[in-house]
Amino acid sequence: MKALRKLVYPYIAWAAVMIVVPMLMILVYAFTKEGNSVRNFMFSLDSFKRFFSDPVFSEVLKRSLEIAVLTTIFCVLLGYPAAYAMVRSRFKIQWVLLTTIPTWINMLVRTYAWRGMLDNKGLINSFLGLIGLGPYKMLETTFAVVLGMVYNFIPFMILQIYNALEKIDKSYLEAAADLGANRVQVFLKVTLPLSVPGIISGITLVFLPAVSSFFIPKLLGGGKYVLIGNVIENQFLTAGDWSFGSAISLIMAAVIIVSMYITRRIDRKISPEGGLDK
Amino acid sequence: MKGKFLRRLYILAVMIFFYLPIIYTVVFSFNSSKSLSTFSGFSLQWYEKMFHNKDMVNSIFYTIAIAVLATLVSTFVGTLTAIGLSKSGRILKAAVEQVNDMPIMNPDIVTGIGLLMFFSTLAVKKGFMTLLLSHIMFCIPYVILSVMPKLRSLDPNLLDAALDLGCTPMQAVTKVIVPQITSGIVSGALIAFTMSFDDFVISYFVTGSGVNNISIMVYTMSKRINPSINALSTVIIVIITAALIAINLVPLLSEKNKNKNKGV
Repeated sequence: MKALRKLVYPYIAWAAVMIVVPMLMILVYAFTKEGNSVRNFMFSLDSFKRFFSDPVFSEVLKRSLEIAVLTTIFCVLLGYPAAYAMVRSRFKIQWVLLTTIPTWINMLVRTYAWRGMLDNKGLINSFLGLIGLGPYKMLETTFAVVLGMVYNFIPFMILQIYNALEKIDKSYLEAAADLGANRVQVFLKVTLPLSVPGIISGITLVFLPAVSSFFIPKLLGGGKYVLIGNVIENQFLTAGDWSFGSAISLIMAAVIIVSMYITRRIDRKISPEGGLDK
Repeated sequence: MKGKFLRRLYILAVMIFFYLPIIYTVVFSFNSSKSLSTFSGFSLQWYEKMFHNKDMVNSIFYTIAIAVLATLVSTFVGTLTAIGLSKSGRILKAAVEQVNDMPIMNPDIVTGIGLLMFFSTLAVKKGFMTLLLSHIMFCIPYVILSVMPKLRSLDPNLLDAALDLGCTPMQAVTKVIVPQITSGIVSGALIAFTMSFDDFVISYFVTGSGVNNISIMVYTMSKRINPSINALSTVIIVIITAALIAINLVPLLSEKNKNKNKGV
């Protein structure tokens, strides 16, 4: 028995070096000055001051949040009916599989495909042309960026809601109907509240990558479309300012944590106290 | 019945939304012209162009080499770690699981910049090695996560029985535990493979000296319209689809084997 415990030690050493140290480096750099050798650690909040005093960065943060919230809302509104329809379908396992497969195919490749489809001479505009519309400029707009994000992240939302709906005991629905609720009431008072946990975990899975994504805005929004992820990318790969880049990624992490906290609070308010399955 | 029809229609619309871009990529990779909207005839010219482009061919090689090596190492280390964890004390287990979750929970860009600073500080030359180490780093957690549940459902007496019957601890692992958790190991390995194969964000930050994987290639080439990207994308789609079919077949096959063994 004890001999087997030793099997963990190599990974502890590995994880300490490869996982913990890089994370600590982000912390250290965020709180030191640029150009300041980290060895003589000088605590400084300059990077954070710089971020919040420059309206350009606050604007970028605001826009990233807007895009992420918009993406999340669309994912819930479009994903819920899909999950609901899938649960009630005869081929539910097949639909789940077909929803999962795209998430395993390279996001970059699938996002790049939209460039061809959204182009002024692309597939969608030539289709719209057939019915006498357009062409519309779709690439390098907010529409394209949100579409790209919804496209990439909605499968996670659908699968989470699907799992929550799938778990609902059918006898609750029958009981509600027996007690005189019509179909809309059954949905609003039983199905929807019981599926809130699925919506919440779906929101987590969509919002987090939507806030931090930097290749979707770059591929579909064009070079001028800057979100917080693009700023971080620039700090590390172009400007070479590790302190500022680390500080921004900490700010982004803080935004994510606060948003998740708010979401959970709302969850607790909406979902039935104690829960039916407990 | 109207409801049923609407539901079907909606699912169908969602599926078209999911698969249209993928089908579009594959179809237009065989297009004979540069057009993005009209298919003017079948041609393999973009594949030819892709295979004549040394960087693109190299990127396919690097992607596969990294994915295979990262899968092998992370499956081996992840499985042994999971076995060790299942016998460890509660505190150590909780601590390791906490750290193990970090690469999964963190946004990729945060993991990426952390590794970039780490490698640069150590003055390691960025390239194949840094790419491989990073991939192993983010693959192991998935292997551990898929092996752990299998170990939890294992009868704890099994190991004691093996040891009582004279197995050394290593024999007990290879002859008793591993055969019982094979399905977890295999699905962990396949997840690791697809994670490594598809990674863009982390690779983008830790690579250097001209070593690019397919994702980075697509990203850097996407500035201009270039249908050979579609050819490269199709290569990815085909490989991943094959891996996915394998994932879905493995449980079926192991189920069959079980039934066979029972029959004997």
